[in-house]
Amino acid sequence: MADADRDRDPTAGGALGAEALERVFREEHGRLTAALVRSLGDWDLAEELVQDALVAALEHWPRDGIPENPGAWLMTTARRKGIDRLRREARYRDKLAQLQEEPVAASTAHEDERLELIFACCHPALPRESQIALTLRSVVGLTTAEIARAFVTPEATIAQRLVRAKRKITEAGIPMRVPTADELPDRLSEILGVLYLMFNEGYLASASPERRDLAEDARWLAGLIVRLMPDEPEAIGLLALMTLQLARAAARFSPEGRLILLEDQDRSRWDARAIAEGVAQVERAGRMRRPGPYQVQAAIAACHAEAASWADTDWTQIVMLYEGLTRMTGSSVVRLNHAIALAHVAGAARALAEIDEMKDELDRYHLYHATRAAFLRDLDRPDDAREADRRALALTDNPAEQALLLERIGA
Amino acid sequence: MKYMLMFISDDSSWDPSKPEVQAAYKRIGEWFEEHTKSGKITGGEELKATNTATTVRQRNGKITVTDGPFAESKEAIGGYALVDVKDLDEAVAMAKTWPTLTAIEIRPLVEH
Repeated sequence: MADADRDRDPTAGGALGAEALERVFREEHGRLTAALVRSLGDWDLAEELVQDALVAALEHWPRDGIPENPGAWLMTTARRKGIDRLRREARYRDKLAQLQEEPVAASTAHEDERLELIFACCHPALPRESQIALTLRSVVGLTTAEIARAFVTPEATIAQRLVRAKRKITEAGIPMRVPTADELPDRLSEILGVLYLMFNEGYLASASPERRDLAEDARWLAGLIVRLMPDEPEAIGLLALMTLQLARAAARFSPEGRLILLEDQDRSRWDARAIAEGVAQVERAGRMRRPGPYQVQAAIAACHAEAASWADTDWTQIVMLYEGLTRMTGSSVVRLNHAIALAHVAGAARALAEIDEMKDELDRYHLYHATRAAFLRDLDRPDDAREADRRALALTDNPAEQALLLERIGA
Repeated sequence: MKYMLMFISDDSSWDPSKPEVQAAYKRIGEWFEEHTKSGKITGGEELKATNTATTVRQRNGKITVTDGPFAESKEAIGGYALVDVKDLDEAVAMAKTWPTLTAIEIRPLVEH
């Protein structure tokens, strides 16, 4: 460890906050994984060495301070641990050569290869659930146990998912590189899709405190994509959307864990600084003049976040944004949201007529029935409204939504 | 890496007397020529229609010979190309330019 200790910055010594350590680990975990996967071509070995290096850092840094260049310290340590490990295992001879040959200079400034790593983790040849698990494991650095808790899935299932994904990457020849220009739009939207799903998994479940907050992890990843690909407006749009939704997170649940709808939320509990940040991101993306669905969703979230009260909401603007989004996506769920906004501009009768047209497509979707119920209540048809709420209740597994619906039905 | 691209199609509509099928053959010929010149293709053939297929199967130690392809489906493998490219992305890029694309299964070859 003598060499690594030389990298230490004496001014960085002193008390070492757990937060500072976590921040460094979060940045360096993915960078180190990316660099090692690239040089070794072996995901499992790379993961073990990253783990070894982080354990070593946990031993040394609290005592000696975070080194000036933590990435280089970790890389040097990982390489040394790797050499030790490989010497013991003859079958790894060629990899040993790779670790020994690489000039040390390259390691002190190893470039950020996390983007390549993310493109590999979110490759369309992997199933969606594996893309999510592998990204959380390799890029964010969550343990298998943490991922399992986040998805309320047995750890063995997640472990097997990760093993299969890594095997497919190696055996099918999934590359670790940024795709060519003509492939890039599709591949980037694949990544954004993975992150949005990850975000929703966390955001919708935030009622149960023992679960890890995947929404924050997803936002961190979206921020990372934006830092690494600053000219992609849809990535910025997704980051803005997540920022704006998380800005309202504190007001979404009552102290007893009950879901509070946007209309009834205490807006003083919204995070004003995060809202300003999200709005600035929406504007930054908009200036690039390449609109897309995430940017429009972020713009809608910004309209809500900037309204002083439910009554002050700019519904006309929101209706227009939903019209644009419907054109872009052709999604019936988007049309449903359009109808909700329309109810504020043109009345519940108009909105009800609009959603009744979507019955065939959305009959299995609980929010379709919950929305109908809201319109029916506004139109003084309480019996029909209760019937629609019952239908919604039968279609959702989410405890917070179930509680809200039960309350409405008056059961 | 070496892969096999398996071209999957519904051969019931594949009538070589039709002008559009002849045009497709021409484009397929060009596709093979282009990728053979660049050194990516190491082999490939077109298969006759599935109504010429015979399947030999072993089940519970008993061998049977039956008429038809192994899977009862409208879509079947109609041909293949063996390619040697850098990685899966390059194989996918080739597959996307296949002139009569319905579906293509890409499988890495076991390298002994």
